[in-house]
Parts: sequence; C-alpha cells; structure tokens
Amino acid sequence: MAKNDILGETLWDAYSDKVTTLMNNPTHQGEITEETAAANGNKLIVADFGAESCGDAVRLYWEIDPGDKIVNSKFKSFGCGTAIASSDVMTELCIGKTVQEAVKITNIDVEFALRDNPETPAVPPQKMHCSVMAYDVIKKAASLYLGVSEESFEDEIIVCECARVSLGTIQEVIKLNDLKTVEEITDYTKAGGFCKSCIKPGGHEDREWYLVDILENTRKEMDEEKMAAAADAGSAGEFATMTLVQKIKAVDAIIDESVRQFLIMDGGDMEIIDIKDSGEYIDIYIRYLGACNGCASSSTGTLYAIESTLKEKLAQNIRVLPI
Amino acid sequence: MKVYVDNNATTMMDPAVVEAMQPFLTEQYGNPNSIHKAGSSIHPALASAVDQVYTAINAADADDIIFTSCATESNNWVLQSTWIDDILNGDKDHIVTTEVEHPSILSTCKFLEEQGVKVTYLPVNEQGVVEAHTVSSFITEKTALVSMMWASNETGMLFPVKEVSKICREKGVKFHSDAVQAVGKIPVDLQDVDIDFISFSAHKFHGPKGTGALYIKNSQKLSPLFHGGEQMAGRRSGTLNVAGIIGMGKALEIATTNIGGKMAEISAKRNKIEDALLELEDTFTIGDRNNRTPNTILISIRGVEGEGMLWDLNNGEIAASTGSACASEDLEANSVMLAIGADNELAHTGIRLSLSRFTTDEEVDYIIAHFTDAVKRLRAISSSYAIVQPTPGGEASCEVH
Repeated sequence: MAKNDILGETLWDAYSDKVTTLMNNPTHQGEITEETAAANGNKLIVADFGAESCGDAVRLYWEIDPGDKIVNSKFKSFGCGTAIASSDVMTELCIGKTVQEAVKITNIDVEFALRDNPETPAVPPQKMHCSVMAYDVIKKAASLYLGVSEESFEDEIIVCECARVSLGTIQEVIKLNDLKTVEEITDYTKAGGFCKSCIKPGGHEDREWYLVDILENTRKEMDEEKMAAAADAGSAGEFATMTLVQKIKAVDAIIDESVRQFLIMDGGDMEIIDIKDSGEYIDIYIRYLGACNGCASSSTGTLYAIESTLKEKLAQNIRVLPI
Repeated sequence: MKVYVDNNATTMMDPAVVEAMQPFLTEQYGNPNSIHKAGSSIHPALASAVDQVYTAINAADADDIIFTSCATESNNWVLQSTWIDDILNGDKDHIVTTEVEHPSILSTCKFLEEQGVKVTYLPVNEQGVVEAHTVSSFITEKTALVSMMWASNETGMLFPVKEVSKICREKGVKFHSDAVQAVGKIPVDLQDVDIDFISFSAHKFHGPKGTGALYIKNSQKLSPLFHGGEQMAGRRSGTLNVAGIIGMGKALEIATTNIGGKMAEISAKRNKIEDALLELEDTFTIGDRNNRTPNTILISIRGVEGEGMLWDLNNGEIAASTGSACASEDLEANSVMLAIGADNELAHTGIRLSLSRFTTDEEVDYIIAHFTDAVKRLRAISSSYAIVQPTPGGEASCEVH
C-alpha cells in the first residue's frame, strides 16, 4: 500500500484501447454452420469453455480444411468486455494456422495482441484469470478434431496458466539467473504477472504449484548443488577453498584410502581432531589410537608418510601435528 | 443524454441543499464549540438542522441523533461499542446479523469474530429478505445485539424491522438497523418502530457526502468510538462538520416532505421501466415491487453478463450498477446475489437501476430504448443464444468460481 494504491484502480481505465474497440465491435463474432463448412469441403469443430453460472463462457468455431488448416474461425461469448475482446483476438490468431500450430497459442499471446503498446498490459491482472479463456477452448477444439485427449497436449506441468509457464522453465530460470525473489521470476518469465493465483495460496484460484514454494525448493537444491560442487572442487585439488567440514571429510577420505589400513594392520588407528588454516600452513591435528599410541615410528616414519600423502593429494602447505 | 440511475450508490446534491450549506463553507466558518460570536453564531442554523433531522424520522427529544462522518462509522460504532460494553465488559457473547448486510457491517462482524465474538449471519428467502421468525429463532440469552438492514441496497427490498423490533424488545436484546437505503426514501417513523439504533447517511438522499448519523434511543449507553473533545456531548468527538450537518437537515427535510407523493412519482417511473424491460424475453426482477424502496430495480437478463451490460449502458451515458463479480476489483461474487440463491446465473447477469426524484420522463424513455438495444446487441454475441451447438464432446460446464 502506498500513494498510488490509495484511490485504487478504475477497472475500465485499465483496459487497452484495443479491448474497448473490439468489445464495441467484435470482428469475428458469429457462427459457422455445418452446411457452410461441408459446402467448402471442410470440417466444422465447435467447442465450449466456461458457463453462464461461471460468469464467463465462450464457444469457438473452427472451419478446418483437409490439410488441418483453420481457414475460418468465429466465436460467441457470454462475458464481460475483456471476454468478448479476447475471444475476438483468439479467433484472429487461429485463422491461417494448422490445428497443431493453434494449440501453441497461449493466453499471453492473446493478451499481447490486445496491447496498445508492448509495455502496458491490455487488461488488469484479475481479468486475465477469468476472462481470457483462449488456451482452454483451443485445447478442447483441437482434442475434438484430432481425436485425442486434452491432457495429451500437456507434456509438462503448467504453473502459470495465464502465461503458460512450465515448472521446468521456472526452475531453469531461477538456477540460470540466480533468482532470489518471486518478483524476479515474474520479470524473467511473466509467470505470476497476471491473475497472480500461482504466486502463493489464497489467490483467485487454488493451484497445485506456487511460485513461493518452487523458489524455496529450487534455492534449496541450488545450495545443495553448490556444496556438492565445492566438495567436488576439493577432490580436484582446491583444498584451501573448502569449508572446514569438507576439509575434514577430504582428509578422512585420503586417510581411509591410503593410510588407515596400514595402521590397523599394526593394531593401531588415528582420528582427526581439528584443522586450522593459518594462511601459510594448514595444520591438521591428529591423535593416534591403539598400538600407534606411543609407537616410536608414530612421530617419525609414520607421521612423515601421512603428511606426505596428504600433501601430495590435497595441498603442499599441509602440516600434520599429532597431539 | 447523460442518465444517472445509480442513486443507491450516491445521489446528486439537491441545489437547495447546496444553497443552504454555502454560507457555512465561506463566511460563517466559526467553530461552533468556540465561545466567541464567530462560533456561537453558528448555533441557530445547527439547531435548526438538528430539528429537521429529529422531525424527519420522528425521534423523541429524549433520543440522541449523533452526527458522524458516514454510515460506515455509525455501523462500526454500534458494533464495536456493543462488543466493548456488553461482551468484553458484560456477560453477552453473541451478535445476530444477516448475510446481505453492507460491508461496513459484515467486515466489522468478521473483525469481532476474530476477537472471539460469536456472530450468526442469517440467510435470506427467495425475495432477498430475512424473515422475522428466523431472527427470533437465533436469539439466545447471550445475544447482545441484532443488526438487520432496513432496506437492501441491491434489491431495494424492505426488511421486517417492525416485527423484529418487537421480537428484540420481548427478548430484551438491543436492535440496530442500517437504514441507509431507507431514510429519505420511505417513511421511517421511530415512534412506530421501537428500535435502539439506526444508521443513515446524507449522500443517499441528495445531501452531501461525509455526513452520517447514528440514532440512539433514549440516549442509552454506548461507549464512544471517537474519544476527544466535548462535541456532541462527548458521544462523538471531533470538530462538527457544520456545513454537512446543515446539508443533511435540509436534504432530509426536503426528502420527507410529502414523502408519499414523492414515492408515488418515483415508483411510477420505476414501474414504467420495469414493465418495459420485463417485456424483453428471459428477464426477471427480484422481489415484490410493493415491498421495495420505490426507486430500485434489480433485473436479470439471460445471456448477458452484468459487466458487459454495464459497458453498453455506459457507452450510452447511462450510469447503473451490477452485482456481477466481473465488475468488482476482487472478482468476488456479489453476496446478495449468492444469498438469494435462486439461480447461479443471476450472480452474473444482475443489473441494478436506482432512480431518484430527479429522474425525468425523458430519461425513463431513453433508458428503456438504450437498455433494449444493449440487450439485443449483447445477446447477438452471446453463446447462450448461439444456434450451432458444440461438436459432441465439446460441451462445457462451470468447474470453478
């Protein structure tokens, strides 16, 4: 809440001029009959989405030629100004496309086509959700024509219905651009920029996936990946840049691999007590266990063997100090 | 022609009211609570406005009518102070109201529920009103207050306030009514209806915005909502809205003088519009015309969504209103429409026309003509009136909202 929110928005002022023009005079309003389509040697497909009791309903008509091309399209709509204007643009976008191409039309495509300029949304966010029904009705018409289920067009999980942004895209964009806020996700993908239902629970409609959760989980994954990367980097020789825990693990791994078995053969063992990095040296404090404890070689030959192994495998400035 | 038929939202100020207020916005600007002449000279005009308001609603001298900033303040005052006086500091725990009240009642009740108050929201019948016996059956020993509107803003339907007032008196429960749509439109006689509190607002009867009032029977206890100086005998602090109060007095005097004649004139125009619109196929209006405020029509037009209809009316310079969810910022379906529950479609096809005494015969004819054209145009686009039916499998039903 701030100065610009105090008086709120006047709903109709947020509509683009194109919305106004098309609401007043929709170009493709009307019907296509079976007879007309048949006379042209084409097939007619009619699909509904929404219902009066829902507040908005649209009926889409496609006349499709034998090559799957939509040669004519009309609509009928029970709805508000944005429902009528967006239905009109939807039919416009369908004409000339094949059915397979038309399925790729998104609600965002429709909304963009209604903009007066690329920067300003054509309809206010809450209207995007309820009145732009293009994708749903197109999907239905295409499924009827192709004789497949509507679900078959959904090869991925759609998080934002308005902008048709998939879960995979959102996760990828977060990782690629190191995004930290939902606002940044919206800036990059437009997901969550319209009806806002997918941002967090409590919006216009319930969703299965919310941007806040996706962001949190992806960030968690990224942190894990970063740690794994650091550990990998360590084994690649960058011992000095590791965290303390990683250093201990790395040292332990080397001991396990090259040292411990020889100590155990002699009835002894060792443990790492601490690692201190003074800058010039990395001091690894160890304690001998069992037979090693008090063995003469433990401060000479054995110690030298341990130190030179760690130096060779991890870093040249390592000193091993038994306590 | 510009036609304003959204008078249940707000009204034009009567020029005579503007004239009455004018001196108190310019040369007579003193604070009536000041001791000097600049202040005290305001008193006669204020006293006269107080008289006008008491007379208009037939309040007794022992009653208080306290001027507020709006009916929202009056409603908040009654509910919040009832909570403080009778629930927090008393042995009650319950408030009864209806599902179709104005947000200033409903939101305040929701707020009180968060504070632990029990609130019962009574349903309406198919006429859109709560029946008196329903109120009666929900009152308990712990009920502190019943709050029920006098007339509906959406439908104009009149609620059984007189019957409910008797029930409340018998059961010893306080009764408040949000009378914002009744005062100035129909006779409100507080000697006839025995009620503890009513709220009303000047801008609904051709007075200024920013002046409301709360009637308090017998000057009974109700802790102030606004604490401060000694204005209004300490019941509602804050420098008096002098011009507003004078405007309310004048506006209410005009509205209630020969109110029967005014009602007959307005309802004749309203009925003419209603009859003409009902001639259109597949339309119906809500509520018995004889039990409505004389100025209101709520009409459902099959196949025409409310915001779309409002759009076309607006293009014709007609200002009306819709309960359609599509026209509200939050897209929430209208509570009155849903509460009536007759038909889900209604929630999206309702158009409210609310006339005033300034509505002319020419405007009535213009509304009928333009409304009819808009219905024709939108039904020509409407899928509800399409002839070619969906390809088998292409039908849809409402899954959301």
